[in-house]
Amino acid sequence: MIDLIWLAIALPLGGVVVLLFFGRRLGEPGAGVLGTLTVAGSFVVAAAASVDFFGGDGEAHVVRLFDWIPALGLDAELLWDPLAAAMTLVVTGVGTLIHLYSISYMAEDERYSRFFTYLNLFVASMLILVLGANFGLLFVGWELVGLSSFLLISFWFTKPSAAAAGKKAFIVNRIGDFGFLIALMIIFATFGTFSYGAVFEEAAGELTAGAATAVALLLFVGAAGKSAQLPLHIWLPDAMEGPTPVSALIHAATMVTAGVYMVARTAALYELSATASGVVATVGIITAFGAATVALGQRDIKRVLAYSTISQLGYMFLGVGVGAYTAGIFHLYTHAFFKALLFLGAGSVIHAMAGEQDMRRMGGLRKHMPWTFGTMVVAWLAISGIPPLSGFWSKDEILAATFERGGAWVVLWAIGIVTALLTALYMARLMYLTFWTKPKWADEVHPHESPLLMVIPLVVLAGASLVAGIINTPWRLGFEHFLEPSFEGIELAHAPAVGTEWVLAIISVLAGLAGLAYATRRYFFRPAPPEESDTWRWVRNGYYVDNVYGDTIVRPGKLGAAWMAFVADQRGVDGLVNGVGWLVRRLGALLRPLQTGFVRSYGAAMMIGTVVLLVWLVSRAGL
Amino acid sequence: MSAGYFMGLAAVLFAIGASGVLLRRNALIMFMSVELMLNAVNLTFVAAGRELGSIDGQVAVLFVMVVAAAEVVVGLAIIVTVFRRRSTASVDDLSELRG
Repeated sequence: MIDLIWLAIALPLGGVVVLLFFGRRLGEPGAGVLGTLTVAGSFVVAAAASVDFFGGDGEAHVVRLFDWIPALGLDAELLWDPLAAAMTLVVTGVGTLIHLYSISYMAEDERYSRFFTYLNLFVASMLILVLGANFGLLFVGWELVGLSSFLLISFWFTKPSAAAAGKKAFIVNRIGDFGFLIALMIIFATFGTFSYGAVFEEAAGELTAGAATAVALLLFVGAAGKSAQLPLHIWLPDAMEGPTPVSALIHAATMVTAGVYMVARTAALYELSATASGVVATVGIITAFGAATVALGQRDIKRVLAYSTISQLGYMFLGVGVGAYTAGIFHLYTHAFFKALLFLGAGSVIHAMAGEQDMRRMGGLRKHMPWTFGTMVVAWLAISGIPPLSGFWSKDEILAATFERGGAWVVLWAIGIVTALLTALYMARLMYLTFWTKPKWADEVHPHESPLLMVIPLVVLAGASLVAGIINTPWRLGFEHFLEPSFEGIELAHAPAVGTEWVLAIISVLAGLAGLAYATRRYFFRPAPPEESDTWRWVRNGYYVDNVYGDTIVRPGKLGAAWMAFVADQRGVDGLVNGVGWLVRRLGALLRPLQTGFVRSYGAAMMIGTVVLLVWLVSRAGL
Repeated sequence: MSAGYFMGLAAVLFAIGASGVLLRRNALIMFMSVELMLNAVNLTFVAAGRELGSIDGQVAVLFVMVVAAAEVVVGLAIIVTVFRRRSTASVDDLSELRG
């Protein structure tokens, strides 16, 4: 089965081709069903190929497909190891559920089949990214997910804000990719190959400490762009302009975690540079904290979740930064479930509210949409870190491993605990404003439960969010052992002994409960506060980071572009071209009097010419 | 008598003809000037033939005269027709086909 793992990529890719040419004919819901089936097929392939790993055999398999760029020694080869398997299962599993949900959510959209084309393209690209066995395929997948993300964010491109958001995501990602690309060049210049196996094996011997730090940091620039970490996080909140299933699949569960995956995959390089790992962890925890505070002030239900995603990704980077790679991936895995669930739940709410996204105009929805409400409560408690739901185990694992490193790392742990409190707070705010309190919606809105096809994915994801944590508890580190073969030779940071772990877990649960309690006091028992002070406005606008970038980067850039367009191009280049034309016209005007139109003038000219020629010939002959 | 005089006369005749073609506007006069130029050339042919003791010059002249006769027929016919239709034979006025 492992040799057939390429099928996991080929199926959705085939779906893209079929949908591209026959999508319109397949219509509704045919196109959606086809898209869902191809991704489900990928999931089955991945699951079948993972069976060996569950049995404890974690040996990595490299599946060679064909020569790709012989000049660079680059082959199309896939790496099937526990890390790839875990990522593939998350991508295809959550992907299938979200495809299923979209069949109903996107109903009656004008470009229904095109939506599934893009969604399938995304799944195929993401699988290339996680399955590639060299940096070449990683980069191809990396760019392709960026493309599909762009296409899907600006899916409703007739809305100017959606078109702008798509461009913003693409451009900000380009900045990250710039760093990534330089890292790839250094890697190729040093090792002469892009293959993971060769690079990681020789990394310790070939790379100097400085070069290792440079490569790791440049790779992290790419990861920060893709995973929306400071200071490149600005595109993700705007990406919520896309359809909600897109936000759930790409901008919560899978694509944005590509950066975490990349850091984990290149762990061998980060091992060589304590500086780079420290930067990853620090940026991660600052992002986690900062985004959590911003999430507190958002009014748009999807933007709360977007900042929450940035914050949770920060946790993952904290995990991989402190060397707890398995814990980081574990959080990636649990987060995929509960955050996809939250987004799909939010989509369900928005669907019911006829497109309303402002939480100030919701409220009291729990009676109208019991299934959405029930499943979202599970996700809410999971992200808040309430045991025994999945989020508790993974978040706690990361925080415990951070604490165990001791020294200055304890500060990061403390910030992590505060962030856990904030997480519980903003999620409770979202839940209370949406589902409890008095209804505040407009008269013409009639909330209703979503159709069955949308509820099924919610229920499945709720089940996963509920129990996903038990695969990796401090007593039984199943997931960690599953992943360990992928990190062979790398020192993994572990959670402390069970005694300390208990204390840490109790502290983090208490932080979560404190957040919940405060939110209950503030948002449940009282009418929603207006939150209009300067501080709230400051927080709601994400500390005006967008404006700062606008003033310092975008405006000078636009000025430069305007200068190029209106001065350098229109005056310089066009001037040169027009100048040639002007010169020819002036010369023509000078010569024009010669063309009188009288035959006799021409005759005279011929005559004179002949005489001159004759005189010349004769005089030359010496006569 | 050397051929030089004949050549000189021919050159003078040719110059008069050429000036006529270039300076006059009446098609008929221009036509006559063309004839003058042709005959100037004929004169050089004959003179050169006699000087070189060759019959070729006279042969060429006969050809030129034949062609000139044919040309006169066609040309005069055109000029007469134009004059009848437009009551003028000035070439500057006949500008309908000018670009």
